[in-house]
Amino acid sequence: MSDSVLKGKAIKLGDNISTDDIIPGRFAHLRSNLPELAKHVLEDTVPGFYLRVEPGDFLVAGQNIGLGSSREHAPLVIKMSGVGAILAKSVARIFFRNAVNQGLPILLCDTDKIGDGDELEISLTGGTIVNLTSGATLNSGKMPPIMSAILKEGGLIQYIQKHKNFNL
Amino acid sequence: MGETLAEKILSLKSQNKARAGDIVICEVDLAFVQDTTGPLTVRQFKGSGFQALAKPTQTIIFLDHAAPSPSRQLSNDHMFLRSFAQETGSAIYEVGEGICHQLVAEHFANPGDVIVGSDSHTVTSGALGAFATGMGSSDVAVALALGKTWFRVPESFLIDLDGAFPRGVYAKDLILYLIGRIGADGANYKALEFGGEALAGMSMSQRLTVANMAVEAGAKVGLFPADKITEDFLMQHGRGDSYKSIYPDPEANYEQVIPVSLDRLEPMLSLPHTVDNVRPVTGVKGIKIQQAFVGTCTNGRLEDLAVAAQILKGNKRHPDTRLLVAPASRQVLSEATEKGYVSSLLEAGATILPPGCAACLGLHQGIPGDGEVCISTANRNFKGRMGNPEAMVYLASPATAAASAIRGEITDPRELM
Repeated sequence: MSDSVLKGKAIKLGDNISTDDIIPGRFAHLRSNLPELAKHVLEDTVPGFYLRVEPGDFLVAGQNIGLGSSREHAPLVIKMSGVGAILAKSVARIFFRNAVNQGLPILLCDTDKIGDGDELEISLTGGTIVNLTSGATLNSGKMPPIMSAILKEGGLIQYIQKHKNFNL
Repeated sequence: MGETLAEKILSLKSQNKARAGDIVICEVDLAFVQDTTGPLTVRQFKGSGFQALAKPTQTIIFLDHAAPSPSRQLSNDHMFLRSFAQETGSAIYEVGEGICHQLVAEHFANPGDVIVGSDSHTVTSGALGAFATGMGSSDVAVALALGKTWFRVPESFLIDLDGAFPRGVYAKDLILYLIGRIGADGANYKALEFGGEALAGMSMSQRLTVANMAVEAGAKVGLFPADKITEDFLMQHGRGDSYKSIYPDPEANYEQVIPVSLDRLEPMLSLPHTVDNVRPVTGVKGIKIQQAFVGTCTNGRLEDLAVAAQILKGNKRHPDTRLLVAPASRQVLSEATEKGYVSSLLEAGATILPPGCAACLGLHQGIPGDGEVCISTANRNFKGRMGNPEAMVYLASPATAAASAIRGEITDPRELM
């Protein structure tokens, strides 16, 4: 990941967006055809999402985004749709790790302070989110150093290619 | 200071003092994939530049989610996984053998093991005292290659169980009750550890049901101590010598202690569209159902089929309700046939599906129609989970599902016992 500052607009989602909301099991036959699979991202929850999302947009969710299945396809299709980062009040465990492993930044913050369509500027190194629309500045908690290191390399596979092992 | 079960296992496997909050690197005793997450795992493995598995005999591929395959694409994914097994020497369990978590419990999981699988319900083997957890494809790919992975050592909740299940109340009702009480993220990043005097009366089948759904409260693992019941189960499955007793230390530090008296539980239901939307059956009964599904890694075991068969024996499914039954493994199907459960189910009008995940995740074998209601013994009822976002899924025990299939509406099983 070369850019540590990301800019884009917020697409708001509610609480408890499950991996079945993000990419339902009924599309399992497309999992070896990722570009086709990605067209169905969030389609039951935000109809037309794939056509509406613009490169660099942020997915801004409430509590417990990504609950459910361990399918890494969930953060993968979100990333493929062009989303630059996910912001949420809380994140389900497996999804959090999968997003980072896919090199998709995921930040915990008080997303009530962000409205749909707000322009945001995110500093990944500082963990700060500036809402350019409202002027508010939000802080996100720190992730464990091993996860920051994986994210910095652009994902787990890139991290392992470089380090050949886990370095704590 | 004493260790929780999670700390105890992760200390052993990381050869470190693993304390809640620490990041540790652990040996992995068993790593597995299934057919809908396996292809990405294999691609990530190859993409990392690895060719050889760290532990080929402790690596398994299960073809269970699309079994038999309903589409050309999924058949091709199966072919891809079969050739990977051949190239690397990993074990493979073919279509029809059963659900990965059931097979791992029957054949592989041992107390004190660290098990990772590219499926969230890998937590099931916590019933045997294994630190078993679901991960994504990249994490499992690296575990396959290095034979190890990293964990943040979870804080633990002790679920302190006393009493015994009343008539008509089962392990499924317990875990639904618990998830309703603490919420779908109530144990996010935590270990749920089950203890208390009630464990002496809880069979391995019941423990597997409870551990299976720990992830529905967000937990990383759902752990039971390894005791006499664990030892008996391992002996019955030909690996008695793998038994070792594992308990948390008496002075272990728990983030929360949640006492639950089994005597006070009643049949529970999880209502659409979240697993933590839990109510007693008594307050919900009467809703018409078009499909009842008994099976899955939560409730597709012999004891579950026995309960369903007992209620259905001599009865017929309601004419407006389809009844689908999927045994969790070939062994379960075979024993259920021997014991006459399959005959009772067939006479009641059930459709017996092949051992595997069946209708659980919306790929095949029982996708409900628009506006239809399905009562299911599975572990998830998210919108769209069973393949149709316009359908409603209620989660229940096999007894509640069987009783509801007879009446054609959500029914308290105690009325038919």
